[in-house]
Amino acid sequence: MSVLVFADNSEGKFKKTAYEMVSFGKQIAKKAETSLVVVAINASEVDSLSAYGPDKILSIDDDRLSTFNAQAYAACIAQAAEKESATIVAIDSSNDGLYLAPILSVKLNAGFASNVVDFPVSLDPFTVKRKAFSSKGFNFTEIHTAIKLLGLAKNSIGLIEENSSPEKESFSPTLDDQMFNVTSKSIDKTTGTVTIADADVVVSGGRGLKGPENWGMIEELADVLGAATACSKPVSDMGWRPHSEHVGQTGKPVTSNLYIAIGISGAIQHLAGVNSSKVKVVVNNDPEAPFFKAADYGIVGDAFEVIPELTNKLKEFKSTL
Amino acid sequence: MKILVCISHVPDTTSKINFSADNSQFDTTGVQFVINPYDEFVLTRAMWFKEKQGASVTVASVGTASVEPTLRKALAIGADDAIRIDAEPTDGLMVAKHLAEVVKSEGFDLVLAGKESIDYNGGMVPGMLAELLGYNFVNACIGLEINENNAEAVREIDGGKETLNCILPLVAAGQKGIVEEKDLRIPNMRGIMMARKKPLKIVAASEAQPSSTTAKYEKPAAKGACKLVDAGNIDELISLLHNEAKVI
Repeated sequence: MSVLVFADNSEGKFKKTAYEMVSFGKQIAKKAETSLVVVAINASEVDSLSAYGPDKILSIDDDRLSTFNAQAYAACIAQAAEKESATIVAIDSSNDGLYLAPILSVKLNAGFASNVVDFPVSLDPFTVKRKAFSSKGFNFTEIHTAIKLLGLAKNSIGLIEENSSPEKESFSPTLDDQMFNVTSKSIDKTTGTVTIADADVVVSGGRGLKGPENWGMIEELADVLGAATACSKPVSDMGWRPHSEHVGQTGKPVTSNLYIAIGISGAIQHLAGVNSSKVKVVVNNDPEAPFFKAADYGIVGDAFEVIPELTNKLKEFKSTL
Repeated sequence: MKILVCISHVPDTTSKINFSADNSQFDTTGVQFVINPYDEFVLTRAMWFKEKQGASVTVASVGTASVEPTLRKALAIGADDAIRIDAEPTDGLMVAKHLAEVVKSEGFDLVLAGKESIDYNGGMVPGMLAELLGYNFVNACIGLEINENNAEAVREIDGGKETLNCILPLVAAGQKGIVEEKDLRIPNMRGIMMARKKPLKIVAASEAQPSSTTAKYEKPAAKGACKLVDAGNIDELISLLHNEAKVI
């Protein structure tokens, strides 16, 4: 038996999430007294994974996999899991991870728990804590199948350094043409800005900003913090900002370390989308805004005065670091 | 084209979530149940296909008799008929297996579902269903066009979108964008009256066993009070974020 994790990359480079996946897998492998195998597809820097403790790295290099393909990627991970007799398999919760995981679950006949937020509570029965009800509750799921598949929610455990000298092996899974029935025609990526999914800090604006012309100060604050920008639902509904920035129950979930909400009152659906953010700061001129009950830090004040000053002070602060 | 739309019956988005005293059950007291919002987007897209291109639209849900009002609402929105698979939905794989039986027996070209339900947020049923059926699958769809047997789907990716081509049969899991929220259908009186006469078939569930069960529930830890900082003292906020919260 072994623990197997998939370390995804973007154009060959691992993101922080991949290192978090390896950290997650290593701690479970230690608890289960077994080894950790990491699978990487077309990755250029597998040595960087060694800082987080893998015992073995399986590298798959195949031009057909240069563009993400859920079926084919799931087949690769399933075959790696079978080869390594993995009983616990973990993947991340990126858009791609969530696309391939259910397919992988059926291929491995593995019970799947998504949105896992911590290490397994117990290995027998195998129990994990996962987010449910749009982060308004947690569900402790017992998986009964021989192989367990876990989808780790981003930023749930962070990085845990543990140097290792992993065995490296190249692996060529069997892929047939049928797995490539869904083909990518074009990819349109927003460049130059931090995305909500990747961001450690998110700066978000609501109706209190009064209009799209005032978003400059949100972007400026986000720029100083290296943050992604986001918005509340009414703002995206009114077309001030694109839907891809809408945070909330049916919009994007935020799992950043810091969420700054400006001029957002805090409807229950919005709060459901930001519950998983570690630290929440709210700026609103209405002291009765429900968001103050959910926030860690708050300023009751006029955003048009507070935000430019916060941006300037943060610039000064950053220059002293 | 025969379209199946999978419908989840979930607590309304404004619901406060509570559990029983021993944390073993979700407490439904005072909770309003609705069509899962993600499913509402794909149901509206199915209506578009029906009206513009010609298609029959069936809705299906796995659940006890309690889900029937939700299925009737989907019929009032315009679906032609409904199927209730008579089982308590316990986990995603079991629900997918039940739905797969229906798809196999009735034969659908296109299966639509929301990308996740807002109660358990598993996000697993559509992909599992596709894999069980051997159908093509696209997740997190923010656009879908069908031309004869060809589908062009746009899916959300981290930091952008990707356009995909595939052929039917297809399972597509959708979200906002596959239609806009302003285009969602609200049942009108005629629709509600007609829905009463539309067929709602109840089928027995297969013997699928759940692969996972809920051991218990837990509410998020109660938050400490929000620390208020004076608007004239931004330095204090920066100090708190740096020294106390350690996030900048």
